[in-house]
Amino acid sequence: MKESKYHQISRIVFLFLGIVALGCGRAEQGNTRETQGEVRGEEEAILTFAPEVPPPITRDYPTKVIVKLDVIEKEMEMMDGVTYNFWTFGGQVPGKFIRVREGDQVEFHLRNDPSSKLPHNIDLHAVTGPGGGAVSTFTAPGHETQFTFTALNPGLYIYHCATAPVGMHIANGMYGLILVEPREGLPKVDREYYVCQGDFYTSGAYGESGLQSFDMEKALDEKPDYVVFNGKVGALTGDNTLKAKVGETVRLFVGNGGPSMASSFHVIGEIFDNVHVEGGTLLNHNVQTTLIPPGGSAITEFKVDVPGSFILVDHAIFRAFNKGALGILQVEGPEDKLIFSGQQDDRIYQPEGGAVQSMPSEEAKPAQPLSKEQKLELGKSLYISTCQACHQADGQGIEKAFPPLVRSDYFASDPTKVADVILHGLSGPITVNGKPYNSVMPKQTLSDQQIAAVATYVLNSFGNKGGEIRESDVARLRK
Amino acid sequence: MSHRLAHLGLALILALAAHGQQRPGARQMVRVQGGAYLPLYSGKTGKTEVKAFEMDIFPVTNADFLRFVQDYPEWSRSRIKPLFADSNYLRHWQGDLAFDPAIARSPVVNISWFAAKKYCECQGKRLPETAEWEVAAKASQTQADAGSDPAYYQYVLNWLTKPSPAVLPRVGSTFRNYFGVYDLHGLVWEWTWDFNSALSTGESRGNASLDNTLFCGGGALGSGNMTNYASFMRFAMRSSMKAKYCVPNLGFRCVK
Ligand code: HEC
Ligand SMILES: [Cu+2]
Repeated sequence: MKESKYHQISRIVFLFLGIVALGCGRAEQGNTRETQGEVRGEEEAILTFAPEVPPPITRDYPTKVIVKLDVIEKEMEMMDGVTYNFWTFGGQVPGKFIRVREGDQVEFHLRNDPSSKLPHNIDLHAVTGPGGGAVSTFTAPGHETQFTFTALNPGLYIYHCATAPVGMHIANGMYGLILVEPREGLPKVDREYYVCQGDFYTSGAYGESGLQSFDMEKALDEKPDYVVFNGKVGALTGDNTLKAKVGETVRLFVGNGGPSMASSFHVIGEIFDNVHVEGGTLLNHNVQTTLIPPGGSAITEFKVDVPGSFILVDHAIFRAFNKGALGILQVEGPEDKLIFSGQQDDRIYQPEGGAVQSMPSEEAKPAQPLSKEQKLELGKSLYISTCQACHQADGQGIEKAFPPLVRSDYFASDPTKVADVILHGLSGPITVNGKPYNSVMPKQTLSDQQIAAVATYVLNSFGNKGGEIRESDVARLRK
Repeated sequence: MSHRLAHLGLALILALAAHGQQRPGARQMVRVQGGAYLPLYSGKTGKTEVKAFEMDIFPVTNADFLRFVQDYPEWSRSRIKPLFADSNYLRHWQGDLAFDPAIARSPVVNISWFAAKKYCECQGKRLPETAEWEVAAKASQTQADAGSDPAYYQYVLNWLTKPSPAVLPRVGSTFRNYFGVYDLHGLVWEWTWDFNSALSTGESRGNASLDNTLFCGGGALGSGNMTNYASFMRFAMRSSMKAKYCVPNLGFRCVK
């Protein structure tokens, strides 16, 4: 592609300013593209929030499609008990899904809510033209801008805000997906879902409750506290799991808003039958993990043959279990033992042929007992990783399901009860702060030291009375 | 209580919103010592030297602006020329001379650059240049230049990431800075004389002004502090404006 002066300049500007975003000139395909046919009629695009996807396009001719997207800045949950000032396309993260057909003439309206603090714009990677529309849609609060483009290249594209400082606009949630369906359409499937990954940089660490502000230093260091699907920890778990039935074919439109983390997108227990690599036309088959860069996408398709929970992860796996990049596809229907048997046996494996194994001669030295400060520190991170999912970040629990640890009268008179519950689990009816619970807490597989730490942390947090649990207390309880 | 009574119903008020308050001419100003300002995008490579000037300690309030409209009715909502303001002009007022008394001391917003400029001129003052505004705004409570104070920077950034409240707080509700000026951060955006540098070169149509500012200016970037996101955002906000725009979180103050 000939690099015009305009493009050189705009590239420089992007580096420093970001109003014009990447990919301002996409290569012309010229003679490979047949005439698209005449644009007929007009319709307003149906836009959907993740994980829903607008219905497939049944038209066999291009039309004028009107897209109206609203920019809304608002405080929303990043995780239960954690909020953040998100900047959004449409009121949620990711922004609304846009679906048009190759050859469509898209009349795009960007409306910046009067309550917005800032101007915003949009760079749609599906646009051939300067800034992907960013310059034409630079919109002050309380204003609306409009431009029109023809969707020349089929594929799944990211759109994002490109207003300076662009990284921050993206880090605050300003991205989404636009699908340009090929003229012939996409093969019919039973389910389509919209999943978009993004990374967030917050003043507090993962799980720290309350309103979190944007942390510029972490953003520049590319050290996110959160890496999530669909804008929130738990957006695709619990009541929000994706659903399918055995025998159905599922298509996931997956995007990555970034701003910084590439996604190693994987569904635990499934193999993608088809992947539209990088959201383009190239089809790959039998893929385990597909790489999705920030500002990129992929379309994955697979038939679900057996029931169960299939877990969507970024396979850079600490992100899945410690930063939130985890979702669930729940498949219901009859089992097929031929495809997946489930566990058939569990027996002892002795590589040395069953003979008495030599034990390590040196006995492991007992670890130095931790100081109370060290326990509080270790306990806090253990709480976040092990207890918080049920008892919540602020220890309030969830009524009728998980009892509170806030000023709990359950262990007020006997602090060792905390260690006991962690060690042995707890089930059956109990009363905590006047409210009845009758559920099961599984025993937690933690070391004596870890239990002492997390129990001490609980005793000294959430308004409880304080106290300390020693490792020897735990060892005693274990017997 | 004045006898010029409101007969508008609701909780609206007439001219007397401002009754009992200091006359506009008497608005308090303080001296802001000069300093260097490094523009994010200037054709020039170096810093701009800013001379000492006087600045209003508060942004102009609804009450202040009401007095101005009374004196110059051609700047009222119903009579303003479309060339000078878009249809959102004073949109939060209920009439030419009426607004909810609760906002009398809140900064006036939905004001065009033309109106802001005229207001200042009628007080024998002018709109601050961007460089002047930025020099004044560098000051924290204790330092004239808090550019390297992370806590101050975070305060500014936090405000910028929050949507505007439905009802704006009163002027003076944020901190008083080193120079004695209030509300430069944390309340509303403020017009500057040269908010869009292309403007001074004459009429601009469409996005030409933007391109000029961003591309032509961009070719010779004074690199400045590329991690100063807050000033990026102020720059972006200013460049998204046109002189007749009226925006619900953009007000102004004057200097001399
Ligand atoms: C899988 C969810 C789950 C996890 C994880 C979990 N708990 Fe529990 N916890 C429960 C439930 C449910 C109960 C109530 C059981 C009952 O009804 O008998 C409970 C009860 C308790 C109680 C006693 C009641 C109270 O509120 O004071 C304590 C103390 C406690 N848990 C601490 C912890 C600590 C510390 C951890 C982490 C090391 C933890 N729990 C992890 C679900 C969980
Ligand atoms: Cu934006």
